[in-house]
Amino acid sequence: MTPAKTVLQARRFAALGDPTRLQVFKLIARAPLSVAEVAARLPVSRPAVSQHLKVLADAGLVQRDSAGTRNLYRPHTDGIATLRDFIDSLWDVGLARFKAQAEALARARAAPAAKEKK
Amino acid sequence: MNAPLASAAHAVRKTVTVAAPIALAFEVFTARIESWWPMPSHHIGDADCAAVVIEPRVGGRWYERGTNGVECVWGQVLVWEPARRVVLVWQLDAQFKFDPTLHTEVDVRFTAIDDRTTQVDLEHRGLEAYGAAELAMREAFGSPNGWNGMLDHFAQVAGSAFVAPSADHAQP
Repeated sequence: MTPAKTVLQARRFAALGDPTRLQVFKLIARAPLSVAEVAARLPVSRPAVSQHLKVLADAGLVQRDSAGTRNLYRPHTDGIATLRDFIDSLWDVGLARFKAQAEALARARAAPAAKEKK
Repeated sequence: MNAPLASAAHAVRKTVTVAAPIALAFEVFTARIESWWPMPSHHIGDADCAAVVIEPRVGGRWYERGTNGVECVWGQVLVWEPARRVVLVWQLDAQFKFDPTLHTEVDVRFTAIDDRTTQVDLEHRGLEAYGAAELAMREAFGSPNGWNGMLDHFAQVAGSAFVAPSADHAQP
């Protein structure tokens, strides 16, 4: 687990930790929407929606597409990339634990007599 | 590595150097997988995970057994070359559920650096298999539990990264 990865994950959790922001995210997860369209669906002002979307974008959860004069927001959800991140993290953790276990067992087998006397 | 390299975007590669003889490193990775697998956060059964098992032969199953005795298959053994290489088929989807239509491979190679040091190269490839599931995932993201499930997994991975296994817990 690299610190940078952990920081990004922490930022994602924090971004979705706000109930309003989570609502915004769930809305655009169903269909790409503009700021105005999100604001029309929630009791939230346009500037507030913009701010929420900026936080979500900074956390890598949302991306903006320009469609003519409209800016549409949609989830940054490349399924493969998301899953790849997850599997990458899984093996970081798994192999670190594997290394610790193998080395502990190697030490124990290298000095069995010393261990038994304890 | 002499196998064709998978597309970087569709594979995860890790290398770790272990201060252990090659046979022992292989044994810990396979026969003692439950000693290091990041349980309990990464399992698929309803019950807590009691064991993770890799059956030591080509065609053998890779599965978990819950405390309730129920076995959940994760995949199977594709290549079994004791002390040198093992290739496992991993058929768990993004929600950690078994999906027989998914086929990703975990290729693990062991190389002796010297009598007491082993390099382990791991490649988890074929992640493009999730491409077909991507649409379904997008659907899931719109559902109440789709993103939450994924984020739960992230949180558990992130959390377990800070629980270093104790060296005192070796079971010779």
